Amino acid sequence: MSRYIATRAIRGANALVGEAEAMLEQALSEKGPDTPVAFPNTAYHLPVIFGMTGKEIAHLGELPEILVQARSLLHPTPSREHWTPYLGETLDSGMATLLAAETIEAIRYVYGLQPESMPGFELAGGTSFTSPDMNGGGNQPPNGHLNGAIDDIQLRSWGIQLVDGRMPGFAAIVGCASSNEAAVQIVRELQRRNILCFLSGNVNGHSIIDQLHEEGVELGYDTYTVPFGTDTISAIYALGFATRSALTFGGLKGGQPREILNYNKDRVFAFVLALGEVDDLKYSAAAGAINFGFPVIADTVIPQILPTGITTYEHVVSMPWNEIDGANDTEKAERLVQKCIEVRGVKVRVANVPVPVPYGSAFEGEVVRKADMRAEFGGRDSRCFEYLKMAKLDELTDGKIEVIGRGLSDVPDQGSMDMAILIEVAGRQMEQDFEPVLERQIHYFVNGASGIQHIGQRDITWIRLSTKAAEAGFDMEHFGKILHARFHSDFGAIVDKVQVTIITEPEEVEARLEEARAAYDFRNKRLADLTDTAVDEFYSCTLCQSFAPNHVCIVSPERLGLCGAYNWLDCKASFSINPTGPNQPIKLGRIIDPVRGYWEGTNAYARIGSHGVVEEVAMYSIMENPMTACGCFECIMMLIPEANGVMVVSREDTSMTPAGMTFSTLAGMAGGGIQTPGVMGVGKYYLISPKFISADGGFKRVVWMSSVLKDGMAEELKMVAEREGDAELIDRVADERSVTTVEELLPWLEENGHPALTMDPII
Amino acid sequence: MAEEATTTPRNKRRTPEEASIDPAAQEMLTLADLMGLGTAFSRADDLAPCTIGAVGMCCSLCAMGPCRLTKDGGTGICGATIDTVQARNFVRSVAAGSAAHSDHGRDMAFTLKAVANGEAQGYAIRDIAKLRNVAAKYGIPIEGHAPEEIANELADLYITQFGQQRGSLVPVVRAPERRKKLWDELGVTPRGVDREVVEALHRTHMGDDQDASHLMQHAVRTALADGWGGSMIATDVSDILFGTPAPVLGEANLGVLKADMVNVVVHGHEPTLSQMMVAASQDPEIIAYAKAAGAEGIALSGICCTANEILMRQGIPAAGNFLQQELAILTGAVEAMVVDVQCIMQALVALAERFHTKIITTSPKVRIKGATHIEFDEAHALTIAKDVLKTAVDNYQNRAKIQIPDFKSSLIPGFSHEYINYMLGGSYRASFRPLNDAIISGRIRGVAAIVGCTNPRIRHDFNHTTITEELLKQDVLVVETGCSAIASAKMSFLLGEAGLDRVGPGLREVCETVGIPPVLHMGSCVDNTRILTVLTQMVEEGGLGDDIDAIPAVGLAPEWMSEKALSIATYCVASGVYVMMGGYNPVEGRGDKVPDSVLVSELIGDGWEETYGGRLEFLDDPQEMIRRTLAHIDAKRAALGLSAYDPTQFGRSGDARLDAMEEEMGEATLDERRAALYGQVPTS
Repeated sequence: MSRYIATRAIRGANALVGEAEAMLEQALSEKGPDTPVAFPNTAYHLPVIFGMTGKEIAHLGELPEILVQARSLLHPTPSREHWTPYLGETLDSGMATLLAAETIEAIRYVYGLQPESMPGFELAGGTSFTSPDMNGGGNQPPNGHLNGAIDDIQLRSWGIQLVDGRMPGFAAIVGCASSNEAAVQIVRELQRRNILCFLSGNVNGHSIIDQLHEEGVELGYDTYTVPFGTDTISAIYALGFATRSALTFGGLKGGQPREILNYNKDRVFAFVLALGEVDDLKYSAAAGAINFGFPVIADTVIPQILPTGITTYEHVVSMPWNEIDGANDTEKAERLVQKCIEVRGVKVRVANVPVPVPYGSAFEGEVVRKADMRAEFGGRDSRCFEYLKMAKLDELTDGKIEVIGRGLSDVPDQGSMDMAILIEVAGRQMEQDFEPVLERQIHYFVNGASGIQHIGQRDITWIRLSTKAAEAGFDMEHFGKILHARFHSDFGAIVDKVQVTIITEPEEVEARLEEARAAYDFRNKRLADLTDTAVDEFYSCTLCQSFAPNHVCIVSPERLGLCGAYNWLDCKASFSINPTGPNQPIKLGRIIDPVRGYWEGTNAYARIGSHGVVEEVAMYSIMENPMTACGCFECIMMLIPEANGVMVVSREDTSMTPAGMTFSTLAGMAGGGIQTPGVMGVGKYYLISPKFISADGGFKRVVWMSSVLKDGMAEELKMVAEREGDAELIDRVADERSVTTVEELLPWLEENGHPALTMDPII
Repeated sequence: MAEEATTTPRNKRRTPEEASIDPAAQEMLTLADLMGLGTAFSRADDLAPCTIGAVGMCCSLCAMGPCRLTKDGGTGICGATIDTVQARNFVRSVAAGSAAHSDHGRDMAFTLKAVANGEAQGYAIRDIAKLRNVAAKYGIPIEGHAPEEIANELADLYITQFGQQRGSLVPVVRAPERRKKLWDELGVTPRGVDREVVEALHRTHMGDDQDASHLMQHAVRTALADGWGGSMIATDVSDILFGTPAPVLGEANLGVLKADMVNVVVHGHEPTLSQMMVAASQDPEIIAYAKAAGAEGIALSGICCTANEILMRQGIPAAGNFLQQELAILTGAVEAMVVDVQCIMQALVALAERFHTKIITTSPKVRIKGATHIEFDEAHALTIAKDVLKTAVDNYQNRAKIQIPDFKSSLIPGFSHEYINYMLGGSYRASFRPLNDAIISGRIRGVAAIVGCTNPRIRHDFNHTTITEELLKQDVLVVETGCSAIASAKMSFLLGEAGLDRVGPGLREVCETVGIPPVLHMGSCVDNTRILTVLTQMVEEGGLGDDIDAIPAVGLAPEWMSEKALSIATYCVASGVYVMMGGYNPVEGRGDKVPDSVLVSELIGDGWEETYGGRLEFLDDPQEMIRRTLAHIDAKRAALGLSAYDPTQFGRSGDARLDAMEEEMGEATLDERRAALYGQVPTS
C-alpha cells in the first residue's frame, strides 16, 4: 500500500463495517433472526464468509458474529507523521470490507433488493431464480434486473474453460469508463482475449453497466460479461466466485482462508480494473482483492504500488487514460488491457482472426435474433452443412478460400440461403481419426465472431449473421478466414495446410452433401467399433490439475471425460498436438479385472497422476474405487441404497433430489479429487455407453435422473433402452417432476416397475 | 557526512565534538569539562589500552605467568603458542558473553515458571498466541490446555536446557535444515548451556586444550548455546510475559528527561524489573505520591537494553545508549537510576555522589559499592517496584540545578519477527514473500544487521550512523538492535519519513508500500536471535538459497566493546553470516613481528568462511565496512543468480504524484479535479 491508499482503504472499511452493522440491526428487528439468508443456487452459503471463516451462514441471526470478526480486523488510519506500518493493517481492513459487503448483499437478497433491478434490461443468460424462497417469494423473469451473484451451475460450466486456459482469467471491472466508447472498447478487448468480465460499481451514479447497456452491448453469461450491480459492494460476487473456485476445484474447505487466498494467487488469473475516480470504498474493496493476489489497475492517477509479494507481480498500477499512447479509444483500450494481462501474468492465447468484427470466445454465446438478422443458412428455410476431411499436402494451397455461388448481397434482408462449408486440411501428423475432432471445432470457431451465431453440426448446421456484422463488412469468405486462422493457431501441430470452400450454389451443395453423409456414416461406424477392448491404450487428462491438483481423469473410448469436453479421440489428437501436454497415453498392460475395469496400466497411472492419493481406479464401477472428479462434471451420480440403484443429477438442474441435496451441495462431495464410493462425477454421454457402471449392473441401476437429461438426450436414451431390452426403461426412471424425496421414490419405482428393485443388492 | 571517525589519540583529550556526534552527548560532555568531572570518554583519553593484551598476546591464566608473547617463536612458560593463547582468550570471552545472555534467559525461564504457578506478583501471560506457537514447536500439547499449563511445561523444558548434559538444545530445531545438519557433522550443536560454558572454562584452563582450531570450535559451540539457546529463550519468554513487540511511537535521547517530573532511569538488560517499574509508575497511588512531593508525576526512561525492552513494548522513552549512562546523571535531573545486570559502569556511583541521583542496584547478582541496594524478587515485584519509585520521589526534593539537553527524536520501534511477518501480508497472507521478492527484484539490494555497543574509544554513534546512512542510500534494508538502534533513533532513521527521503529508490518503494522506517528496530541485544529467526524464515520462504549463508546479508557491530558482542558475532558467523566488528581485534596479533600471531585472525576469517559460510572481521574504518558490505551483498546476489543491483529501474511507486496534484488542485472545482484524474492530455 501507500499511505494515501492505506488511509482511504482503512477509512472505507471502517465506514462499510458500520453500514453493515446498521443494516443488520434493522433487518434483525424487521425480519427476525430466523429469516433465511442465501445466495441463489450455491452450496457454498455466503461464499466469502464461508471460505474465510468456515461459518455456514443460513439465517440472519448468524450474521452478527461475522461483523464482530470484521470489526476486529479494522484499524485506525495511519498518522500524518511518524506513522506506524500500514500494509498488514490495510489488508486486514480489506478483508473486513469483504465480510461486510457480503453481509450487506445477503441482507439485500432478504429484502428482494438483489439482483438489482434495472428496468428495460435483458440478461444474455444469467442466474436463474427458481426457488420460491428467493426474491421476496416470486420467480423473477430473466429481464428487468442485473445478475447478482453467480450460481454454482455457471461456475462449473465455466470450470473447464478456466482450467484449460481457453478462459484465461477474469476482470473485476469497477466504476465507469471515461466515455461510453472507452467502456465498449475495454470490454471488447477483454472479450477478444476470452477474459471473463465482472461488472460493478459506478462513478457519480453512472456505471459501466449503464454505459454498455446504452451502447447496446449484450451482457450476461453468454457473452462473458456479467453485470453484478451498479454499486461497489456488488463486486463482492467476483470474490465469491474466486472463493468458490478454490472450494470447487481446489478441494479446499471453508475456514481455510490462507489456503484459499493462496490458491487464488497461484491459480486464478484475475485482476481488478478500476475505471474512473477511486473512492474510499473502492480502495477498501481493492485491498480485499489484493488478499486474493488480484492486482489493481486504474485508468486514473492513483498511487502505484509496484513491489511484489502479496500479488505475484505489481500490486497497484496507474495508467491514466489520457496518458495512454494511442490514436483512439480502441488503441488505448488495447494498451490498458495489455497492461492488465502483464500485471497479473495472465496467459492469453489469441488467434489473430482477420475478420471485420470483434472475435473471441466471449462471443460464442451471442444470440442473433430474427429482428437483428441479416441472413441465415440452414434452419427452416435452407440447408447448411459442414464437412472437414484430410487431404494430401501437395493437393492443397494453404489459405485458399473459394466461394462458389451467390454472395451475401444476393440474399434479401432477413432471408436465407443454402451453404456448404468444406474444409480440407493436410499435415504430416494428421490422421483420419482426427477429422471429426477438428470438425467439431467449427462450431466454436465460427461462433467466436461477434454477430455470428452457429448452432448444430454436420448436416444440421444452422448459422445466422447479424445486420451489424454485415454492415461491418462480414461476408461469406470470412467464414473461411476464421477457420483457416483458428485451425492453424489451435491445431498447428497437426495441421500444416487449410483450404476452405464455401458453396452456396444449391445443386453443388446437394452433390457435396452426399459425399459428406457417406463420411458421417463411416465415422459413426468407426465410433461404434471403437470400444475399450479394441484399443491398447487409454489417455490421461490432467488439464484440471492446475485447479484440482490430485485429480486425474482416465479417458477410454467408452468413457469420456467427466467435463464432457474430451473423449478418447480428442485426447489422442491433443497428444499429437502437444506430446508433453495434459493428455498422455496410458499403456493398459495386463488386465486385472475386466468386469470392474482394472488394468495394471490404469492403476499405476492413477497412483502417479494423483500423487499417491488414489491407489486404484475401477473404470466401470461407482461402488468400488470410482474415478475422482475435479469439479467440472456435467452430472453427479449418487447411490440411493434404499432403491438399490443410483440417481443422476445434471448440473443444469437446481431442484431437490431424492438424496436430500441439490446438485450444488452434492458437488461439494464429488469434487476436489477425492475418491468416495457411491459418488461420482461424469460426463453426460457416459450414460449411454455400454460400459456405463457395467460392473454395478449398467444403466438399469438408474432409478432417478434430471428431466433435462431425459429431454436433451431423448434419442440416445431410447437406444440405450432398446439395448437393455426394455423399450419403456426411460419412463420407469423417476425425475424431479415426479419425485424429490427418497420416501416418494420407492413407491413410484414400484408403481412403474423399475428393474433395479429386483436386481442383486448393489452394496 | 563530512565528519571523520576519530579514535582515541594518545595523551590528548578529545573535544566533545570529537568524542561524540550526538549533540545531547556533546552538551553533557561540555558540562562535565566545566564541572571537572570525568566520564568514560575522558577516561578513555587518559588510559591507553594495553598494546599487548589488546591484540591477544598476553596469557594470564596461571601463576607461572602472566606471559607476554611478543617475539617470533616465543611461547608461554608452559610452552603455549601464541595462537593457543589467543584462542583461549577468545573462547573465555565468548563463554562470558554466552553466560551473560544465557543467565538472563535462565532467570526469564524461572519467572515464566513462577507466573505459571501464580507465584509472581503483578505478572501475567500477555501473549498466549506466542506461548502456544513456541510450545507447539517443541511438541508440547496445546489444544485444550490452559495457558498456565502450557507455560508450566514450556518453563520446565526451558529450565532443563541450561543443565542439560546430552543431546541438543531444543531451540536449535528452529534453524534451517542444512544448517542443523552442518552443525551436527561438525560436532558443534550445543548440548546444554551450562555444559558448554563450563567446558569452555575447563578447556582453557592451564594445560588443557592447546590446539587453536579445536579451541575455536568450542567457541562456536558455546556461542551457539547463546544464540540458539539462552538468548532465544530470553526473547521467547519476554514476549510471552510482556507481549510480542509491535510498532509503537517512542522517543529517544536525553531530552526525554522531564524538568518538572521525578525522573527514574532504568538501566541494564532484564525486562522483569523494568516492566514492573512501568506498571508501578502508572499506579495512581505512586502518581499521587509524586505530586505530593511537588512533581508533576513520574517520568520513566531507559538506558541501554532495558530501554529497548520497554521502548518497544510500551513506548517508554529511551534516554540514551550505553555511553549515555553517565551523561544522564550529569543533567542533575535524575532522581534515581535503577540498574540490574550488564553494562553498568561502576563509575556511576562516584559520579552520582556529585549530584542527588541515587544509584539503586536490584539484582541479587550485582551490587556496586556505595549504591543503594533494593533487591528484586518476582514474588513481590510490584511492591518492590513501588518502593523503588517512592525512594526516587523522596529524592526529588534534593534536586539542585538541572540541565537537560533539548535534543530528542521520535522513533517507531517494535519490529519483532512476528510483526514483520504480519506487516508483509496481514492476518491472512502474512509471509516473508514480499521481503524475499524485494531482494530478488533488487529493490532491496540486501540486508544489514547493525547491532551492538557503543565504545568510548570510538567516536560515539559515528560508525553506527555513518554506515546506516550510506547503506540506506544503497538500498540496503537495515535491521538494528541494542545500542545501535538507539544511535539510529537519535538520527531519526527509525521513522517512516526516513523511508521517503533518506534511502535509495528501490528501498523507498518498499518502505512506502509497507509503511516502515528503513531501519527496523528489532529489540535489545539479547533479541539478536530475532534476526536469526528472520534469516531462517527468509530461507524457508524460498528464492534466496537453502541456508542463511546464501542470503545477501551482513552483520555489523561497528562500535563493539562487550564480551557479549563476541558471543553474538560468533553465533552469527556459525549461522552463516558475514560479521564485521568495528574497533580492536582481540586476536589481531602483530603480524609484522610475530608471524604466527595472525593464525587465529585467519581462522575466524577464511577458515570459518570455508566451514560455516560466514566470516568474522575486525575493521577500523566505517567506509571500509560499507565497501565490504556492498561487495559481499553483490557477490551473494550474483551467486544466487539474481539481477545485478540497478537502482535506476525503481522508484515509480508511491504517493508523490498524488501529493503534488493535491497541492496544484487547491482551488479547483470538482469537475476540474475529476478531469485531472485522467492525467495529462498530450500536448501535440
